[in-house]
Amino acid sequence: MSETATARRSGSVDRFRDALPKLVLSPTIAIVAIFVYGFIFFTLYLSFTDSRILPSFGWVGWQNYTNLFRIRAWDTAVTNLIIFGGLYITICCLLGLLLAILLDQKIRAEGFIRTIYLYPMALSFIVTGVAWKWFLDPGIGLEAVVQGWGFESFTFNWIKDGDMAIYTIVIAAVWQTSGFVMAMFLAGLRGIDGEMLKAAQIDGASTFALYRRIVIPQLRPAFMSAFVVLAHMAIKSYDLVIALTNGGPGTATEVPATFMYSYTFTRNQMGIGAASAVIMMMTIAAIIVPYLWSELREKK
Amino acid sequence: MTIMKTLKLTACAISLTATAVAAEDVEVLHWWTSGGEAAALNVLKDDLAGNDIGWQDMPVAGGGGGSAMTVLRARVTSGNAPTAVQMLGFDITDWAKEGALADLNALAGEQNWDDVIPAALQTFAKHDGKWVSAPVNVHSTNWVWANKALMDELGIEQPQTWEDMIAAMDKAKEAGKVALAHGGQAWQDATIFDAVAMATGGPEFYKAAFVDLDEEVLGSDTMKEAFDRMATLRGYVDDNFSGRDWNLATAMVINGDALFQLMGDWAKGEFLNADKVPGEDFACFRFPGTQEQVTFNSDQFAMFSQGEGVSDEQAYLAEAILSPTFQIAFNKVKGSVPARTDLDASELDACGQQGYEDFKAASASGNLYGSMAHGHANPAAIKNAMYDVITAHFNGEYDSATAVEELVTAVQINK
Amino acid sequence: MTTATKSGVNMGRMVLYAALVLFCIYYLLPLYVMVVNSLKPLSEITAGGMMSLPGDWTLAPWATAWSTAQIGVDATGLKPYFVNSLVMVVPAVALSTILGALNGYVLTKWEFKGATLIFGLILFGCFIPFQMVLIPMARMLGLVGLAGSVWGLVFVHLVYGIGFSTLYFRNYYAAFPTELVRAAQIDGAGFFTIFWRILLPSSGPIAVVCIIWQFTNIWNDFLFGASFSDFDSQPMTVALNNLVQSSTGVKEYNVHFAGAIMAALPTLLVYIVAGRYFVRGLMAGSVKG
Repeated sequence: MSETATARRSGSVDRFRDALPKLVLSPTIAIVAIFVYGFIFFTLYLSFTDSRILPSFGWVGWQNYTNLFRIRAWDTAVTNLIIFGGLYITICCLLGLLLAILLDQKIRAEGFIRTIYLYPMALSFIVTGVAWKWFLDPGIGLEAVVQGWGFESFTFNWIKDGDMAIYTIVIAAVWQTSGFVMAMFLAGLRGIDGEMLKAAQIDGASTFALYRRIVIPQLRPAFMSAFVVLAHMAIKSYDLVIALTNGGPGTATEVPATFMYSYTFTRNQMGIGAASAVIMMMTIAAIIVPYLWSELREKK
Repeated sequence: MTIMKTLKLTACAISLTATAVAAEDVEVLHWWTSGGEAAALNVLKDDLAGNDIGWQDMPVAGGGGGSAMTVLRARVTSGNAPTAVQMLGFDITDWAKEGALADLNALAGEQNWDDVIPAALQTFAKHDGKWVSAPVNVHSTNWVWANKALMDELGIEQPQTWEDMIAAMDKAKEAGKVALAHGGQAWQDATIFDAVAMATGGPEFYKAAFVDLDEEVLGSDTMKEAFDRMATLRGYVDDNFSGRDWNLATAMVINGDALFQLMGDWAKGEFLNADKVPGEDFACFRFPGTQEQVTFNSDQFAMFSQGEGVSDEQAYLAEAILSPTFQIAFNKVKGSVPARTDLDASELDACGQQGYEDFKAASASGNLYGSMAHGHANPAAIKNAMYDVITAHFNGEYDSATAVEELVTAVQINK
Repeated sequence: MTTATKSGVNMGRMVLYAALVLFCIYYLLPLYVMVVNSLKPLSEITAGGMMSLPGDWTLAPWATAWSTAQIGVDATGLKPYFVNSLVMVVPAVALSTILGALNGYVLTKWEFKGATLIFGLILFGCFIPFQMVLIPMARMLGLVGLAGSVWGLVFVHLVYGIGFSTLYFRNYYAAFPTELVRAAQIDGAGFFTIFWRILLPSSGPIAVVCIIWQFTNIWNDFLFGASFSDFDSQPMTVALNNLVQSSTGVKEYNVHFAGAIMAALPTLLVYIVAGRYFVRGLMAGSVKG
């Protein structure tokens, strides 16, 4: 380590040299301390105050939390996040894996196809929102087009149906990120030792068994990375919902991020908004911290 | 609430150093970005330019001004408030309470605002006896827009009662048309509810429920009946209504696919853009049962205090906004009516003139009420909580009895 | 990996390619809708037929969106906002990438007690919902005098970009042979010399990943752009939103789509040009951990 290399010498120059790495890191530490953790504590504090339009510091105890749990839209938002998050992460992982395996078969024009799969990640829903809305709208979108081809009985009106609308959000979200997950898995596949696979093939293992027994288990790190990226996107999903349904029909597609935004900013209930933010942060922490813990400890 | 004071101090400190608006410019935060609206604002801009006041444009569209209000919050918190901000109803009161708005009393006294602007508007434009914002227009929201050709074809007279209305829509439905063009967005649902509640319970009821937030009235049988009527109206709306933008619903009426739409007077612009003539191609009339009343919302420009009260530019801007020329020029384009009652409205079209007469009459007889759906009856928190209930009911998540209960709860939580 | 050695291969390959093409259609569909409708006159759009090709091809919507569309009071088109975005994105991406690289370097090659914990704490910052930080951030920007300026916006993006850029570089440098660093140290090379001469030259792949990621996120951001910019520094996304969300009047969908594609072009370009390095970079860094 650096200490051993420099400890023998002394003097202020060396001490500076010793401290240099930490000095380089210190702006980041300061920034994170203030702008991440400082703000988290600030929000935590706000969630116990009577803040409405702007932060205010009258202490109200647990009132914002009790009110939060009385609001039906919050229940809907949490339920939706569970449905959306679960499906989104599962489908993205499965589809990403499938596409990665398909693309890994020495495909001609692989680079081209990969770019097509990957590009949605480059677009925000501010850009693609209208196109998606049209596409899902039964009057002009998929339903109308397929019916126009002569399949009169075809219906696809999920976005207008309170029970199904959340699934249209899943479709659009999967469209955006599954290519990115594919890239992660593809990178993982390319990192697998070819010799081992050849050996297994010579032993007569079928392709299916090859993937199930040897390849997929080795993709564990890729799975983990994908999971973290997807989980954080699921919890933060905001633009997507606003662009597609704006929380509707009714409050059917409300998610915690839209709930928090609307209570903090449109409804002038900053206290309740902060309370919902705290609960979101706690959920994120419950998922991410164990992951970081296991990943980082292992590497030591 | 001492935060505003500290903010103001920082604002002063910052304005000395960094991004202060140059002395003779006004920075205006607004959400009027469509061609017609922008053209109307340009009238104001040119007026200011004539007096060497520059216009720094800060448009943030979306969510009926919601996005602009979020931006405003960030701007004020950072001590970099815009000079003037487009605002609606209770938002003005909320900001005035925070002590963020400049006092326009000197100008208002000079220009006699107290006499020419109706008391119902003053509720919002004044706070604690001080004028804090300049009203630009008055939109009224209890209009029905109808396709005239379709009405004639089906032998429909302008409905005078709820029963007439239903009979008319039945005819349209039988003829295979959409009786009621509607977009399923919370504010649109609430716009209908506004008119229905006013018609069902009358103005006293409307005021007690939405302005005074009387829990007994909110939970009353009359309220339940209003919800029942909403359910009835739902039966006349097509299946694809959810999420539809209001202007697409208007297009259905214009194209003759639908008979009626309940919408504020901004819908008129869509008809005019499609080269339709008021009174000939389309008809506008008050929602049956609210012929006497006008529910309104009023766009205003609130002046943010820049450290030491109102600045000369702000005073000039406010004066220009309320000048008769601008009031007429703007409202001609916007579809609304002037905010002052002493003007000659002959330049407005038929619907506009009727709207202006209705507005003046309602104002004189005490029948001018702030629209709940548009944030002029109660603060944002309650308004949105009411939206939730109205929308959930309209989408069939609640029956009328549950909706009434939920309405009471919603008000309790957010009061 | 090869599976293409048995008989029936051709049939299998056909199915494989068919599946791949099918997925291509799924991914391209929204873009297709946007492009096609941006090249039609408005009358064709309102007449219906979202998927059909233009009967009358026109570039007018593009010209309108770029230079004459009504964004606010002035009919400037998206052009000036495009410049605003570029001016903001370039320093934000550069700074966050450089800082991320330095952080990754310190955290892997100059490890000290608690380095892992600090890394964990930095990483957790990636997950903070942005809506939550809006008000306190506005306050801080006001205090340091950066409110409503391009640099304020750059700073905000830097702050919330550090997490991911540090993650990428740290994981990449973790796999870099520490012996090389030690050897250079014995030769008397200093902290920055080692970084400059030894690590940086081989950081290409991960830098690409990091730049793609940051560029996309910062370019596409709306919330910060709207809240922390001034009348003369509003970014492209805010202008696009103003164009698309205008409340009254005829919605010129063809112009909206043209504007949307324009707003997306820089990020699309980055993905297309740098896309091939992307998998390579991921392979080298973040996935293997």
